[in-house]
Amino acid sequence: MQAIRTEKITKKFGRLKAVDDVSVQVEEGEVFGLLGPNGAGKTTLISMLVTLKKPNSGNGTVNGFDIVKNPSEVRKSIGIVFQDSSVDDELTAYENLDIHAAMYGVPEKERKKRINEVIKLVELSDRMNDVVKTFSGGMRRRLEIARGLLHYPKILFLDEPTLGLDPQTRKHIWEYIERMKKEHKITVVLTTHYMDEADLLCDRIAIIDHGKIIALDTGEKLKDMLGGDVITVTSEHSSKLKSRLKGVKWVKEAKEHNGKLTIRVDKGERKIAEVVGIAKDNKIDIKAINLRRPTLDDVFLHFTGRTIREEEASGKERMRKRIASMRGRR
Amino acid sequence: MNNELTAVYFMWKREIIRFFRSKSRLIGSFGMPFFFLAIVGSGLGGAFNLPGMQGNYMGFIAPGIIGMVVLFGSIFSGVMVIMDRQFGFLKETMVAPVSRTSIVIGKAIGGATTAVIQGIIMIFIAMILGVNITVSAIPLAIAFMFFISVAFVLLGIAIASTMEDMHGFQLVMNLLVMPLFFLSGAIFPLSSAPDIIRYIGYTDPLTYAVEALRYLLIGYSEISLEVSAAVIGIFLLISGSLAVYLFNRIES
Repeated sequence: MQAIRTEKITKKFGRLKAVDDVSVQVEEGEVFGLLGPNGAGKTTLISMLVTLKKPNSGNGTVNGFDIVKNPSEVRKSIGIVFQDSSVDDELTAYENLDIHAAMYGVPEKERKKRINEVIKLVELSDRMNDVVKTFSGGMRRRLEIARGLLHYPKILFLDEPTLGLDPQTRKHIWEYIERMKKEHKITVVLTTHYMDEADLLCDRIAIIDHGKIIALDTGEKLKDMLGGDVITVTSEHSSKLKSRLKGVKWVKEAKEHNGKLTIRVDKGERKIAEVVGIAKDNKIDIKAINLRRPTLDDVFLHFTGRTIREEEASGKERMRKRIASMRGRR
Repeated sequence: MNNELTAVYFMWKREIIRFFRSKSRLIGSFGMPFFFLAIVGSGLGGAFNLPGMQGNYMGFIAPGIIGMVVLFGSIFSGVMVIMDRQFGFLKETMVAPVSRTSIVIGKAIGGATTAVIQGIIMIFIAMILGVNITVSAIPLAIAFMFFISVAFVLLGIAIASTMEDMHGFQLVMNLLVMPLFFLSGAIFPLSSAPDIIRYIGYTDPLTYAVEALRYLLIGYSEISLEVSAAVIGIFLLISGSLAVYLFNRIES
């Protein structure tokens, strides 16, 4: 049985299609990533799967339960860690976990045992009886992950699990996620706009933009899809260089953004010299040049003409513009 | 079903824990009612004479101030749903596999418990200030406080369910709570007020709670206990239906 299956699921806010006709399957036991810039529709898709929002059209099942007709069963079988904190600040870690366990029907005798178990996993045992108000952002997130696991869900949803955390805490959280998958065979669905995170953790990655899934495969295959290597040139005249490279037959693709030229080629270690040669012949100054294997960001660039990193800074702004342009058209 | 009862119990427990944990808020909440009773009560006492009632003005307003404490505590508790939304905890309750009606019931009973505790403390403060209170009637007075309090928490939840953020909080306090308090006959007898004030006052549910408390604790009232009980019961049904309906409609 598939852990999650959606068919042409759509959610609109006014005239904006936040999630647009998405059909996707998540296999049991896999770590599935939704990668995309802010405002791409990741959180909205998750919100529908966890029954917080109702789709305008289409349908979906989670653990075999219909997300519209049977939300209560869906909720019992999943754990959720939201993007924003959703713990009660004025309660202790233990009290937060206790309330959660009780509401999810964990029998009283077992609650204490399980609370100790999950709080140990996220290494907060020594802060168990402290009021959450005193916790750092990373500790809160760890507490929320512990809470999400408390009722032994079959699927754990993590919405931007490492957003705004320091590198060390991020690494810790990655470790928990891998351990959960290995030891508890939990299906994990996570959203992220960090490419390294998606690449490292996810068995399969869906790249999402403007509410649509534009590519879906394993990280390796997504990168192989582009093939070859990527040469990045930083120059004040990168557009000029781009036009010079247009007719060259070994150039598979050349895209310019933010003063950088990204060139996809085969056998990059040889072509890098040729690129430098062409630049020299045309009297184009190169500030920096490097060669690497394609990353997920290149995949994103290939499909959308933008990089996620550019989007990251202006995600909210972009969402606003999308909404504004919808309004303008009315 | 069992799960729903557990949810009610834990929502109640949460309110109680939070109430006793914020001691400064608890102490602060007695500031205004204490000064009302001690200063306004004794200050206006000399200029105020009620026909048919023995005792002083402080005795007259004591049940009104107790009602005020219960009203403030209850509405505040209900409107805290906005804070829960702001700080995210609301989401956690929204996705829990329990009905939202159970969440509402738990919150209402929890909020009412804390408001009634404040009301009881206020009764003792009044006694310390020298108000002659019928001690044997206190248990029945507590029952009345509890029901009006549940109704007001539910009203608070209903209002909070329609609000997106904390900006509405002040609005509720100024445009709802203060008129409810002043129109309830808590600090002056409605019978001697101008017609328009009197008629509006009779539509204020707090009027009936104050009247009931005044009857029980001081032995003076303008409205019979039965009528007060009936009106409070009807108000409870209305605010309860409204809270359940609106809270169920929240999409977060």
